[in-house]
Amino acid sequence: MFRGITKIQKVSTGVRLMRSTELQSLTWKSQSRFLANAAAAQPKESSQQDGSEKKQTAKPDSKSFGLNLFRGQVSADQVFPYPEVLSEDQKQELQELVDPCAKFFEEVNDASKNDQLEKVEDSSMEGLKEMGAFGLQVPQDLGGIGLTNTQYARLVEIVGAHDLGVGITLGAHQSIGFKGILLFGDKEQKEKYLPALASGETIAAFCLTEPASGSDASSIRTRAVMSEDGEHFILNGSKIWISNGGLAEIFTVFAQCEVTDPKTGVSKDKVTAFIVERSFGGVSNGPPEKKMGIKASNTAEVYFEDVKIPKENVLGGIGGGFKVAMNILNNGRFGMAACLAGTQRYCISKAVEHAANRTQFGRKIETYGAIQEKIARMTVLQYVTESMAYMISANMDQGSAEFQIEAAISKIFASEAAWYCADEAIQVLGGMGYMKDCGVERVMRDLRIFRIFEGTNDILRLFVSLTGIQYAGSQLKELQKALANPAANLGLLVGAGAKRAKRLVGMSTGNVSLKEHVHPDLAGCADKAAKSIDAFGGTVEDLLMKHNKKIIDEQFLLKRLADAAIDIYAMVAVLSRATRSINEAHNSAGHEKMMCEVWCNEAHDRIKLNLQQATDNNTRKNFSTLSTISKEVVGHGGVFHRHVLGF
Amino acid sequence: MSGLRILVGCKRVIDYAVKVRVKPDKTGVVTEGVKHSMNPFDEIAVEEAVRMKEKKLASEIVAVSCGPTQCQETLRTAMAMGADRSIHVEVDAQSYEGMQPIHVAKILSKIAQQEKVDLVFTGKQAIDDDCNQTGQMIAALLDWPQATFASKVEKANGDLTVTREIDGGLETIKVKTPAVLTADLRLNEPRYATLPNIMKAKKKKLEKKKPSDYGVELSPRQQVVSVEDPPVRQAGSKLDSVEELVGKLKDSGLIPS
Repeated sequence: MFRGITKIQKVSTGVRLMRSTELQSLTWKSQSRFLANAAAAQPKESSQQDGSEKKQTAKPDSKSFGLNLFRGQVSADQVFPYPEVLSEDQKQELQELVDPCAKFFEEVNDASKNDQLEKVEDSSMEGLKEMGAFGLQVPQDLGGIGLTNTQYARLVEIVGAHDLGVGITLGAHQSIGFKGILLFGDKEQKEKYLPALASGETIAAFCLTEPASGSDASSIRTRAVMSEDGEHFILNGSKIWISNGGLAEIFTVFAQCEVTDPKTGVSKDKVTAFIVERSFGGVSNGPPEKKMGIKASNTAEVYFEDVKIPKENVLGGIGGGFKVAMNILNNGRFGMAACLAGTQRYCISKAVEHAANRTQFGRKIETYGAIQEKIARMTVLQYVTESMAYMISANMDQGSAEFQIEAAISKIFASEAAWYCADEAIQVLGGMGYMKDCGVERVMRDLRIFRIFEGTNDILRLFVSLTGIQYAGSQLKELQKALANPAANLGLLVGAGAKRAKRLVGMSTGNVSLKEHVHPDLAGCADKAAKSIDAFGGTVEDLLMKHNKKIIDEQFLLKRLADAAIDIYAMVAVLSRATRSINEAHNSAGHEKMMCEVWCNEAHDRIKLNLQQATDNNTRKNFSTLSTISKEVVGHGGVFHRHVLGF
Repeated sequence: MSGLRILVGCKRVIDYAVKVRVKPDKTGVVTEGVKHSMNPFDEIAVEEAVRMKEKKLASEIVAVSCGPTQCQETLRTAMAMGADRSIHVEVDAQSYEGMQPIHVAKILSKIAQQEKVDLVFTGKQAIDDDCNQTGQMIAALLDWPQATFASKVEKANGDLTVTREIDGGLETIKVKTPAVLTADLRLNEPRYATLPNIMKAKKKKLEKKKPSDYGVELSPRQQVVSVEDPPVRQAGSKLDSVEELVGKLKDSGLIPS
């Protein structure tokens, strides 16, 4: 599964970017449209048909905080106050589910045994099925538990705290394996497949990646051809690194399909999604892959040879496969953040347990600054991750359609924060942490993949920046249009011009403020966040003025921009959550306030540096030097510098 | 006796994994903000009742709990495990502090009569107060036979054959229904409430009652004088020689001098 997702993301940026540079004739507009499609979060929106372009530009301003950040504006709707979506009933229901779920993972499932066996133990697998863990979001009338995104997040967090291998098995099944049926399936498809999938009687897998198609989804070679009688598609091809590939009975498969435009009569290949049953015949798989971590989850190659698929099994329409894939991935990311918030909790408790009991030089090691900094930083990162995960799940439950930037940010942040926590937990534990018996070693191996799959963090950073820039760019286009007829658009121009002038002299434009949303005790932090947002918008504007559509090739800059965006979203998430805790006088309100302050103070400094690097000419020279160094090393096939001893 | 009707008592107690803290005024332990769950012995009783239903020995299982509103969570757990419906006898937090086995036994025996059950099943004791009285008192109040500390329950020709755990061994007895049974630790291993069953349990009937509905008043028969933490172990000291040790032991009169 992981490769497949990586690939889609690469398509969304890298490959298309290359193409766009090759074909200079491509306009900014078409690139934007592409990004918009790649980012489209909900099924109903932005079909890949050309007509969608108009829809995109005509669409009213988004409520997404992440998108508006790129215009230097605060869209508070989705972030302030901290969204609460669970009704009293839903909350109580969730509370009842949490205990038995945690108990199962504490008493029945054995993560280190699963790791050793390189599969989820049979008894555990059976237990999970009975538990209902395979159909958490399937509607109740179709045999599932019918959880909302927020409820799902809370349970997945428990899984993440105990066994990431099981987490991937469950995630590959329901977060991507059959999510397509849930999101795009018609009534018949849902009724036919979901009950057995929800009970775990059948396992699902998501099949996109192929041996010869690592980055460009449009280059997948798996092909589905319609039979002569028009009743079936015949599928041929092979897929690699498919999670649950060896266990699955139901596959969501992406394949090329010839589509004829009814207007022009021209035929061309388009990616189409199919629901494929192993029982159709012609489906086979390779042996389980040997991996660094998440060993308990099954990863295998899957082959399709003349598989006869009934035409009713097309998912999301012929040629709609790309949209299906993007939506599945976008909808699954928040779950990863919630899962890893749980993993971080586990790492912190391991580190704390040791630090509170281990005596060295006559004192408990928790009394030393070196250890205190680690524990505090781990906790702040967990706080941020958790705040982001549940903010996004709540936005999704509120019916928001545009959370693609936020979801990508949460995936990047959570996977890196969890890696940091596992690493530092092992450091606190010292030699003990390096031993298998301690348990954190396995977590570290399991965690590594999270920065790679479902879109590598590098690709997702570009995705965040480019999606945002595209949104900001559409506003800029308005400005350009206004410039063509200054007299008629004076108001718009004066407003924009003044904002820009203020930013140039380092003044706040004055229209960015979070004061009204944040508790007065956190006013200092709110001010820093507001300044960061303002500066961010200014930087995006500068970059667009300077590079115009070529910004798309400036990956060194796009990375800085993404890092700043991540820091800002994190600031806003904790400001909002800490404000709620203070207002509601929670026990931990004071504690949360401190974490919020530490985070905002440090994030503010990092943002300043990143934004400065994104526009500074000297830094730019350094980036180009780095680029040259890399080229020379690659040209040499390894380090190029003469050995210090000369041989 | 096809299809026994079983009443199961489910007490909500502080979770077994929680380290209890004594209240500063020594009147009891801190319960606020502390995780609670079903008394493990009652859970075993529920499990046994459910197994009897699965073996078609029982026709209906009614769970009952006396205490504050949160007891409904305990009852939902019982229903998620397989109880058919439940009765919550609501007792406000203050009266609940003075509630003792005799009150619970009176309420449960009244319910047993009203519901015309054949079997009252409870845990042998609750892990919070360790009273081990409720089952026995119910049997006395109803004048029914009792089989306490059950580690095995079988049906034999209209009677129940119950294996009891007693000091130094097992005792097997036969009881005629209606009867009162209390569950010991080794009777069974309770199942996990699964998520689908928890969701289904939400649709099962939960009746709300008051002690007065059963003509029971809750004035305490006992008064708690003081609740204390177990004493902390006194620090020892290291001695340099055997002679010194012998001397100390003699001084404190532990060995003859």
